[in-house]
Amino acid sequence: MLCKRIIPCLDIKEGRVVKGVKFLGLRDAGDPVECSVMYNKLGADELVLLDINASHEGRGPMYDIISRVAEKVFIPFTVGGGIRDMDTIRSILLCGADKVSINSPALAEPDFITEAALRFGSQCIVLAMDVKRRADGSGWDVYKNGGRLNTGRDALEWAREGVERGCGEILLTSMDTDGVGGGFDIPITRLIADAVPVPVIASGGAGKPEHFRDAFTKGHAEAALAATLFHFRELEIMDLKNYLAIEGISVRM
Amino acid sequence: MIAIVDYGMGNLRSVQKAFESIGEDARVIAEAGSLDEAEAVVLPGVGAFSQARERLGATGLDKKIISLAGSGKPILGICLGMQLLYDCSYEDGKFEGLHILKGEVTHFPKTDLKVPHMGWNTLSDIRGQLFDGLLSPCVYFVHSYRISGVSEDTAAVCDYVSPFTAAAQRGNVFATQFHPEKSGDIGIKILANFVRAARGGNA
Repeated sequence: MLCKRIIPCLDIKEGRVVKGVKFLGLRDAGDPVECSVMYNKLGADELVLLDINASHEGRGPMYDIISRVAEKVFIPFTVGGGIRDMDTIRSILLCGADKVSINSPALAEPDFITEAALRFGSQCIVLAMDVKRRADGSGWDVYKNGGRLNTGRDALEWAREGVERGCGEILLTSMDTDGVGGGFDIPITRLIADAVPVPVIASGGAGKPEHFRDAFTKGHAEAALAATLFHFRELEIMDLKNYLAIEGISVRM
Repeated sequence: MIAIVDYGMGNLRSVQKAFESIGEDARVIAEAGSLDEAEAVVLPGVGAFSQARERLGATGLDKKIISLAGSGKPILGICLGMQLLYDCSYEDGKFEGLHILKGEVTHFPKTDLKVPHMGWNTLSDIRGQLFDGLLSPCVYFVHSYRISGVSEDTAAVCDYVSPFTAAAQRGNVFATQFHPEKSGDIGIKILANFVRAARGGNA
């Protein structure tokens, strides 16, 4: 059985993990490389490194971080944030990242996905989408620029278009559930996971083990992502995996 | 010295770093002539089969790899590098492989399961030196094509849609469809096993 993946996400700002990560035994809890190494040891299946203000600063330090993570962590990792051209994707992959996640530039110019998938292969292009339920309940809209602007695009249609254009995975963040800790957004996760042939990573809202179970069993996600929950050790990855295994979900132990 | 063959298909850094993490001198090599000096040769690769095959041909690496395999040099194909060792692939047409291992590369049949087969999956029916000391290893895959079915060379089976050859060994020729360099500690162990096998040792 293909294992469901548990993915910690590191938000990085000016080369530091934002809010820090409360790992015992780290010399520097804000260092993205140390955090990545620790997550690898703690049983993470994959990592996402998100440069949260990449568009406002020079990107130099991020390349150094990616290279150093690639030297020490032998599990797959995705890099996102501020990727606006093919050269940037190429540089990130050459530094040792396995995938890149693309958000706003794809919305501004959907051909961006097509070109990236053709050049680098679908397997390394992750389409990240931030979605929010429409007030009238008729569906979900896609937002851009870190959730600040409603694009007016329908989430389901955008997911389908992204896959047609060649993205190999969808990182789906629900703005309705993000940061609340009340559980992943099951309805939109399931809607998209059932509609596209590529894996969907559920993101936003993880608060306890049951939420992960529901993302997999009810939301049909292939992977689930969380940040704060893991950073502050409110939930240990191996405890979560033990719980999921008992619930009959296939995980890597 | 372990040679990692560079033929312009994808990032080789992870593979190199993984070997370096176990203290090996791993070098990225693009010249066919330089492969003779290596103790062992690793053929990685990510991307389309036809393009990869073309580049191997254009650089003369194809003939060199075939001759090294025949002369007993330990070789490890990873992912697309595994597929290239076989007779042919049906990725976007029909293309000849290196005919070092027998079998065909085909797309996963269409079912409800997601393709690419991406993520961690468990191996069964493991045999051979690559898996010394391991029991039901869980390893990382990313691929849409694979060697159809199993054969006498199959060294590990993965069941996704249907059972397929996830690793192979025929004498000095080794191959993995999964990425040992991305499979955590178990993957590193598999690479170390390859090095040990290359040096003629037993676990």
